[in-house]
Amino acid sequence: MSDTAYVQLLNLTAGAVLLCAVLVLWRRELAVIIRLFAAQGVALAALIAVLAWHEGSPELAVLAAGVAVLRAGVLPAVLRRALGTAREGTEPVREVRPVVNVAASLLAAALLTLLAFAVSRPIVELAPSPATQAVPIGMAVVLIGFFVLVTRRRAVSHLVGFLLMDNGITAVGFLTTAGIGLIVEVGVALDVLLALLVLQVLTGRMREAFGNTDLDELRELHD
Amino acid sequence: MTDSTTLGLVGGLLQAVVIVAGAPLLVGLMRQVRARMEGRVGAGITQPWRDLRKQFRKEPITPRGTSEVFRAAPVAMVAITLVVAAIAPFVTAASPLPGVADLFVVVALLATGTVAIALAGIDTGTAFGGMGASRETTILALVEPTALVAIFALSVRAGSTNLSAIVDSTLAEPSAVLSPAALLAAAALVLVIVAETGRLPVDNPATHLELTMVHEAMVLEYAGPDLALIELGSAMRSAVYLGLLANLFVPWGIATEAGVLALLVGVVAFVVKVGVLGAALAAAEVFLAKVRLFRVPELLAGSFLLALLAVTASYVLA
Repeated sequence: MSDTAYVQLLNLTAGAVLLCAVLVLWRRELAVIIRLFAAQGVALAALIAVLAWHEGSPELAVLAAGVAVLRAGVLPAVLRRALGTAREGTEPVREVRPVVNVAASLLAAALLTLLAFAVSRPIVELAPSPATQAVPIGMAVVLIGFFVLVTRRRAVSHLVGFLLMDNGITAVGFLTTAGIGLIVEVGVALDVLLALLVLQVLTGRMREAFGNTDLDELRELHD
Repeated sequence: MTDSTTLGLVGGLLQAVVIVAGAPLLVGLMRQVRARMEGRVGAGITQPWRDLRKQFRKEPITPRGTSEVFRAAPVAMVAITLVVAAIAPFVTAASPLPGVADLFVVVALLATGTVAIALAGIDTGTAFGGMGASRETTILALVEPTALVAIFALSVRAGSTNLSAIVDSTLAEPSAVLSPAALLAAAALVLVIVAETGRLPVDNPATHLELTMVHEAMVLEYAGPDLALIELGSAMRSAVYLGLLANLFVPWGIATEAGVLALLVGVVAFVVKVGVLGAALAAAEVFLAKVRLFRVPELLAGSFLLALLAVTASYVLA
């Protein structure tokens, strides 16, 4: 692959990862948010595949396939199950009133992106290359994921926020080190999957106990 | 006279003529596409021109109590749009007034046209006029920064805010069209165009339902030749916006050297590009419902974010 094509594909996939994170903030319907998360998984896998192609590393290619299966297939399916049980109840399937309204949270996302570019400048300057120049995008996805986690009220949005952060961390990892070993990656992936399954069960229990998953209801401690 | 000034003068005149003659046809095309997709026969793409001819023949009449602002606004809007149609790069990359074909000047000129109509809406003193003007100004205030920032993202690459220079740099480096900066800027600009030309989901151009209309509310008091000018002006604005979108991102076919053949190719390419974009916009509208007015700022905040990301990406990823 020629160098310009590599840089362009890398930038394009990195841009798609960031765009999906921003669109999660924009849309209200939980089903659409999950679909956007799956799209981000595809973009992330494509990003890793581009890196694999450039480095000529079969290990990275395997990892890219693994990321695609996990983040575009398994995790969205688990999320959809968490949502599917919600549909049966009377609970609304959209983010009705986020703590920060959508217009303000979009502007906040713009600020967070600029912040990410500012704080990751030293990292980029350590070894300027097309891959490290895309690191700020991974940082921005981490920050936006954290913002989703803080400002949304539904349990499913919280899960997506958590997973956005994880996607961002994965992207930064691959962009800076070009892979941290198959075993470590598989370990991290299984960790995330386990955490998500536990949280899904927790969401189901919450719904059984309180009738909905509005996390603002959880204010008091009980024995 | 140098080659570039000749091309600028001839091309500028030519593209002004093309836009004035073609804008109502563009509106007709968009209505026709929409009608066909909704299962209606449609009135044909020349219907807007027939409407305009009928309106121009009528007696000019203005409501009692309106001032010169009301009478001057349609002329001002058409004149301002005509200036943009002549100077911006549509048929040719050269401009009759190269210094004026600047990003900031063009966006400001287009905004001035909107302001003229908003003032006329307030001048009538009717409830609808004021309401429409206030809504239009709200949308304008949100759209303007987005348009500036989105096109600015492209000018980073060209190193100049001159629209002709931006077009030239894209012609010289075709692969830049697929960069994240250009794609994000294009998405932001599409939303800007939807909001500025009053299309769905921001405003419904086909309705006179008083609670939802924005543009139609401002021009409700116009009749006869003034109404015809307003409609011609709005059509020209649509054509100008779509032309800018087409040529900033897909500039191929634009005339870069003086010559009958080059200019002819430029005209055909411009007409095809704007026609395709207009038809695509109309086709997309069939599947959309108008969003609540209070949700419009959300949409525009999103497009501003896209534009800002485009600028950031063009600095960092370049």
